[in-house]
Amino acid sequence: MKYTKPRAILCLAGLVIAVQVLTRVTGTQYYLTQLTMAAYYALVVIGLTVLMGYAGQISIGHAGFFAIGGYLSAALTTHNLVLFADRPLVLLLDRIGILVRGQDIYGEHLITVAPWAACLLALVAAATIAFLLGIPVLKLKGHYLAMATLGFGTIIYRIALATDYFGEADGISEVPGFTLLPGIGPVPPLVVNGDFGNRVQNYYIAWGVLIIGMVLLLNLIDSRIGRALRSIHGSEEAAEAVGVDTARCKLQVFVLSAVYAALAGVLLTHYNGGLGPSEASVMKSVRYVALVAVGGMANLWGALVMGVGLTFLSLRGVFGSFDDAVFGAILILVMLFAPDGILGLQFHTLAARLKRFGAGGSHDA
Amino acid sequence: MTADLFFQYLFAGITYGIMYAIVAIGFNIIYNTTGIINFAQGEFVMLGGMIAISLLHVMPLWLAIAGAVVLTMLVGALIEILFIRWLDNPSVLRMIIITIGLSILIREAALHVWGESIRSLPYFYGNEITTITLGPVRLSPQVLWVIGVCGVVVLLLSVFFKGTPLGREMRACAANRRAAILCGINARNMVTFSFMLSAGIGALAGCVMSPITYTQYDSGTPLAIKGFTVAILGGLGNSMGAVAAGILLGIIEAYSISFVPLAFQDAISITILLIILFVRPHGLFGSGETARLKEF
Repeated sequence: MKYTKPRAILCLAGLVIAVQVLTRVTGTQYYLTQLTMAAYYALVVIGLTVLMGYAGQISIGHAGFFAIGGYLSAALTTHNLVLFADRPLVLLLDRIGILVRGQDIYGEHLITVAPWAACLLALVAAATIAFLLGIPVLKLKGHYLAMATLGFGTIIYRIALATDYFGEADGISEVPGFTLLPGIGPVPPLVVNGDFGNRVQNYYIAWGVLIIGMVLLLNLIDSRIGRALRSIHGSEEAAEAVGVDTARCKLQVFVLSAVYAALAGVLLTHYNGGLGPSEASVMKSVRYVALVAVGGMANLWGALVMGVGLTFLSLRGVFGSFDDAVFGAILILVMLFAPDGILGLQFHTLAARLKRFGAGGSHDA
Repeated sequence: MTADLFFQYLFAGITYGIMYAIVAIGFNIIYNTTGIINFAQGEFVMLGGMIAISLLHVMPLWLAIAGAVVLTMLVGALIEILFIRWLDNPSVLRMIIITIGLSILIREAALHVWGESIRSLPYFYGNEITTITLGPVRLSPQVLWVIGVCGVVVLLLSVFFKGTPLGREMRACAANRRAAILCGINARNMVTFSFMLSAGIGALAGCVMSPITYTQYDSGTPLAIKGFTVAILGGLGNSMGAVAAGILLGIIEAYSISFVPLAFQDAISITILLIILFVRPHGLFGSGETARLKEF
């Protein structure tokens, strides 16, 4: 295990580079846009995989955390604070040095929060909310946990949809780029934005973040915490009996997956230059669950492959107006015939399941 | 708030509350025989309304409603036979995900069949402006239909579950599935029946509420969340509790619009759901002692 992990990561990095070169050679660089977005969505999916697959706790509210990250970052870096420049809070923020001044396209004076500060704030907010929500919610199991997280997601969606500050049904647009590293001498700055010329750079940023996120999670599930999580999935009572602090473990993973979702939200929002309330919708949360399920639940690599692959196809519009229906069908088919994911599926078990399905059907007729 | 307004809100709350209660009863029936929460319950309500509206073109209203109920029951039976019946001992997580997938498929199918337009059945008696004056309040006759249908459903269900052999067999499966099988009850068929019954009640609810709330392809999910809130509030599996809890939630919602914007109305019921889940997961009327034996 310890030996194959770095190798697999290197293979993935090589593949990422190969794909970029391939699009360059074939003149299909427009694929990079969707591959970048797919990488950010996959970040949510691998975070959720650890929560659902390894710890066995379902969440149908992760679009909520994605939206908390995206919306906070977008609102803070976009809304002009000029009118509030003499308020104590704004003065304090200015004193700390996290405000930036600039001009909008009409030459008006503009004061906004710096993207890095907004990003940090958004991540802290998501972590705090996940922590406060997780304490009571993670005591629940099964249906109750599913409904509670679904309820949380719906509340976030409602807030995004009904709050003037978050742009109501229009969402927030014209979100500025996020400069990760300033340019030094001949080295250009590292900016997350949707500029045409920045496409290749952004592709590598997104995949870099995804690979780092993946390495962290792979290490996590191989650690003591990872083994504790799997024991919780197997039997919470047994885990408790051998000395695992189950409540604490579940809460840590819940917060971690929320932070992953929020980070993806922040970066994707800066990349797209905006976001709308649909990012917070229940359907998005269900989609993340579907991708975790089709990846094989407790399978980070499966989640990564399926998360990127299916999201890419969906973003390319391959499924047309059946987009949501395809994800619904995937959910059902995977759960019926391959609850351990389609990557780990062996042909004879599938055949056996299909046969049972056929027998069950004819039995009733 | 004037006294008139107070009573007006009160009746609006009761009306909506009773609609939620009918949805909650649908949840309860399936939960009682299988232990599954059917996340596609709201879609049955939407289907009932939509099918009745379509059938109305070719037949009178009462026949269209009856047809919608029967067709939705068939859909319920089909879903159970195709997706649930042949799984042995599936995990809760698996069942949640399957029923969520089903709700998406039904909703998307409805979108492709009926489009995005908002439809409604005509008022059963009179029209939008027909009112009945009841002391200080004015009511639409449709409100009385909703209350009446709910009352009849609750009454018939209690007679069905207590008095008929089929109802008793279904309760036996809920109480102890293995013992019921040993007594010669076909437990699998009972589950199919419970899906049919629940789909039928959902469809009926969809028809009576359609003139008031309108029907759209995606109107199922919000109703399902409300219905689930009510089912939990009243104690999962308890139909009378569901009616009481439904009326309570409806009234809270109705009064809430004088304090918070309408857009947050859904958020209020979900907040109540979350609080109830944290504080009293066995519901307002359930007993804490039996709750400890269940898994939450």
